[in-house]
Amino acid sequence: MGDALIRAVDGVSLQVRSGEFVALLGTSGSGKSSVLNLIAGLDRPTSGSVIVQGRDLAKLSREELAKYRLHVVGMVFQSFNLIASMTLAENVELPLRFAEVDKRQRADMAREALQSVGLQSRMHHRPGQLSGGEQQRAALARALINRPKLLLADEPTGNLDSRTGTEIMEMVRGFNRDLGMTVVMVTHERALAERYAQRMIFLADGKLVDDQPSASLLGSRPHGVQA
Amino acid sequence: MKVPDLTELALRNLRESLLRNSLTTVGISVGVASLVAMLSLGIGLQQMASRRLVKSGLFDTIVVTSRRELRGMGREEERTGPTPGESRVLDEPARLAIEHLPNVSEAYPDIRFVTELRFDEKPHLTMISALPASAKSNDAFEGMQGSFFSSDTAPEVILQKSFAEELLGKTPKLGAPEPSVAELAAPLLGKEMTMRYAQRATTPAQPSPAQLAPISPSPASSPDIDLSGASYSVISRELNLKIVGVSDLDPESMRGPMRAKVFLPLKLAESLHVMQPTDLREVSRAASDQPVYSSISVRVKNPSQVQPVEDAIKKMGFTTFSILDASRGLRQFFAVLYAFLGIFGSLALMVASIGIVNTLVMAILERRREIGIMKAIGASDGDIKKLFFAEAGAMGILGGIVGVIFGWAIGQLINFGTNVYLRRQSLPPEHFWAVPWWLVGGAILFSAGVSLISGLYPAGRAARLDPVQALRYE
Repeated sequence: MGDALIRAVDGVSLQVRSGEFVALLGTSGSGKSSVLNLIAGLDRPTSGSVIVQGRDLAKLSREELAKYRLHVVGMVFQSFNLIASMTLAENVELPLRFAEVDKRQRADMAREALQSVGLQSRMHHRPGQLSGGEQQRAALARALINRPKLLLADEPTGNLDSRTGTEIMEMVRGFNRDLGMTVVMVTHERALAERYAQRMIFLADGKLVDDQPSASLLGSRPHGVQA
Repeated sequence: MKVPDLTELALRNLRESLLRNSLTTVGISVGVASLVAMLSLGIGLQQMASRRLVKSGLFDTIVVTSRRELRGMGREEERTGPTPGESRVLDEPARLAIEHLPNVSEAYPDIRFVTELRFDEKPHLTMISALPASAKSNDAFEGMQGSFFSSDTAPEVILQKSFAEELLGKTPKLGAPEPSVAELAAPLLGKEMTMRYAQRATTPAQPSPAQLAPISPSPASSPDIDLSGASYSVISRELNLKIVGVSDLDPESMRGPMRAKVFLPLKLAESLHVMQPTDLREVSRAASDQPVYSSISVRVKNPSQVQPVEDAIKKMGFTTFSILDASRGLRQFFAVLYAFLGIFGSLALMVASIGIVNTLVMAILERRREIGIMKAIGASDGDIKKLFFAEAGAMGILGGIVGVIFGWAIGQLINFGTNVYLRRQSLPPEHFWAVPWWLVGGAILFSAGVSLISGLYPAGRAARLDPVQALRYE
């Protein structure tokens, strides 16, 4: 991603270009989620650096990291992580509250975001009233509401059936392709990575063991990838 | 995060754990109610004491005497001011001048004399005092049987209880129960009695014979030059008076003109021109139509204005006396009382504040994941801290409002119960419970303040949560 240079976990050094769709693969405990948390600014490296848009995340204060998460990053989790007591609209507009956006503007943006994931009719429902796929779409809408440069997805289809998982992945690919959004996705499903990502990075025991273009890049015309 | 958003989120979170947060808020309300109840009792008691003191006339009254009065000798103003012989005479123009001073509500002469009253053909020698119409509101007449004077000139008397006992020959023996005022008043009210008194009457001026010289002041040394040679006569008079009231006022209490056993309306007493002890000292004045007073009682509009009025009267050349210092002591006493009541009242609120800490710490545990989500999507430590602060503050304000209402209701209930008891004891009802606006506002602010302080630790703890750990929490 531009000048972003990532060195994470144990001797892991990788670079993601702007607009790239990268999949981090590995077995459980391989360190892929740790790498994602470092990129998200949720965790700090004990040594080394995580550079995003020219800024070393390791050197940012807690307040600066919060701003980074608010404006640069959008996150999607395996367990959706929607707040159960809030409606979908409230969940989606929550990052805008932290960004101090006006109420009316927030409502408009939330409606638009939910519309983009096909949930405009479910705005006033609570997460518990929705299916897993709908919840993940809502989580996607929330991740995109601040128009982030970087979408981080941690096992986004892990709790979904294959058909719903495909729907979600199609949406993610759409955002990557149409909006030029950089996507870093953690998954343990190689097939999923091969189908949607342009590049696959394999981790094992916290180390980078392989970095290769995926089948989708080899077999079809790459989208949004800077050479 | 903006304040309205923060408030909205805080209230939403409070609604989510309604029972627990309601119980915590009730705890705060009880604390605030106890604080309000304690302080309003203190304030009410102070107001009642002040009302009583103001009504008693002790704190808003200045007694003015002329420096010619021998009893004032030796005071500082006596030593520094004009000599008693040169000082101003306390006469009607002086009374009017004093009455026109700022903040003075009235200035009336203290007319008191010893004379004979006949009732049922029996003579009774006693001290008689004149009362102004304003004395009607004095608490001394609260337990009175009958009524106050129908007018300021009516030929009516009010008797003191012990004098009524004397008239009826019912003076109780030592240790025996005293008859009630009502018992004494029944046979006396409406009856007439005759007062015999010495009236001072002016007579035409005469040439100064040699034998009068020692009595008449020397023209060269006195400002009363025009009255030299004047004389007066003393005429014995009788006046029928109707008994209209019997009071249980203690004649020995310090109440200025009320230190007597029989009371007359002031204007009536003035019109009688009763021979006063001062007439013997102010010989030349006594011969004029203008009366000379031994002392004047000056009532000021507010006890706080006693000092400036007293200073103004002193500047006029008179001696003054008030018991202002006693009211200062009273204020000090109530300040200490407030402090103690406030401390005891706050204890319950302190206990409630522990409830807030507990509730919020529980909320952190329950909402750990939610805090993690908020941080992951961009909430700063400050946002999380403010959110918990807002929740603590909302509980504090809500608890404060409910507590003030609760405390006010407790006060009304106790006031009502006590007044029922007072009525059963044949005592007048009292309002000894007061919740001023500053207490309402102060209690709510104090409650919010204590709640915010209680929220410091949980808010800090929530803000420091590691988002990765929090997101892993199930």
